[in-house]
Amino acid sequence: MNKNSNIYQILYAAVLVLLVGSVLALIYMALKPKQNENIANDTRKQIMSALHIAAPDDSKVKETYEKYIIQDLLVDRDGNVVDSAKNVAFNVDMKKNVKLAERLLPVMKCKMDDGSIKYVLPMYGAGLWGPIWGYIAMNDDGNTIYGANFSHEGETPGLGARIADKDFQDKFVEKHVFQNGEYKGVVVLKKGQKSINGAEQIDALTGATITSLGVSAMLENCLAPYEAFLKKMQTPATPEPAAIESEINDNQPE
Amino acid sequence: MLSKKNKEALFNPLSKDNPVLVQILGICSALAVTASLEPAIVMGISVICVLAFSNVIISFLRKTIPTNIRIIVQLVVVAALVIIVQQVLIAYNYDVSKQLSVFIGLIITNCILMGRLEAFAMHNSPWPSFLDGIGNGLGYTIVLVIVAFFRELLGSGTLFGFHVIPQWCYDHGYENNGLMILAPMALITVGCIIWVHRSRNKELQEN
Repeated sequence: MNKNSNIYQILYAAVLVLLVGSVLALIYMALKPKQNENIANDTRKQIMSALHIAAPDDSKVKETYEKYIIQDLLVDRDGNVVDSAKNVAFNVDMKKNVKLAERLLPVMKCKMDDGSIKYVLPMYGAGLWGPIWGYIAMNDDGNTIYGANFSHEGETPGLGARIADKDFQDKFVEKHVFQNGEYKGVVVLKKGQKSINGAEQIDALTGATITSLGVSAMLENCLAPYEAFLKKMQTPATPEPAAIESEINDNQPE
Repeated sequence: MLSKKNKEALFNPLSKDNPVLVQILGICSALAVTASLEPAIVMGISVICVLAFSNVIISFLRKTIPTNIRIIVQLVVVAALVIIVQQVLIAYNYDVSKQLSVFIGLIITNCILMGRLEAFAMHNSPWPSFLDGIGNGLGYTIVLVIVAFFRELLGSGTLFGFHVIPQWCYDHGYENNGLMILAPMALITVGCIIWVHRSRNKELQEN
């Protein structure tokens, strides 16, 4: 057969592509469960990193996570718990969630070794080259940040990628999101700049202005909706938060 | 099994015909993944696998491939193998796959692959092609490992993530050189290796 005839070439290309396509599809299907598990474990590691917990080794990530995270919550903008099924917050796809107008806010409730309760709030935003996301762990006073973790898909190594470094994340520790009882959030600003509304500030990364602004915008977008939820933690005397408390306590293995 | 010609296919790329040092191919990824040793070695192994098997596959197909669409056929084979490597890494070594992220995908555009497929696999039988793939992959990996060794040692004071520069050096004012982590120093390191290599292989020197 003539190797350079049109029919031969077209058939050759078609058969090759079909063959390669089906082989790839098979491999993809075969590896999918293992990959999903890895991705979920990576997310768990990020959440635990916001809580300053590290799993003893990679095979124990899930166990460690389940030991500390005692409950998942979905709350609405008024701070009411809507859902508290297992892993309901963990399974929220933040990429889709942040775009919804009426979104339910995921919260992971954790109990530390010393018995104190922390709340992890996921966030999602845009950096310079792609998405950035992170987790902020709050103390149960509803005001003080206990820890933070940020990740990114493809920020510039050595510049924007430093948001994933411990140095940057540790600057968030002990910051307060309320000033004199009013929600202000935290902002990332160039050293020397002053925030307009009196919010506590974190120094931006040199050479990574857009990524730093992205982190700031993400904090603003994703932390502000929790205002009512955090406020309720600060004033446990009002009847509504008491209802939350009891609801939470029902599922608590104390 | 290892005739003179086959030996040449396997061992020449290690030094005399090294893809990075002599042919100056695959520089892009050599700069990108050499900030520390672990990703450099994983990248090297990935390239060896992809190169060896794509060479074999193309060599088996070489008599059937229509000349007009041979580049497309080569690309399809390479792309398929790269995707397999990427999927396997995500499944079995997630941390490294995160570190290498786009560079695994970029193996497809690594000039070494297309170069060997065009220059060797299209004209040789599978066994020599396999050896040629292994040889060129090893040649590439060696350079990557040397560059990564110096960059990690001088840039972070670690090797494979373990601290090797003792604390008293830091106490006496030694500092890690942050510049080594950035791409320009990788290029300079590759340049230095080429310099040393040429000075020891006089026949490679251009006039």
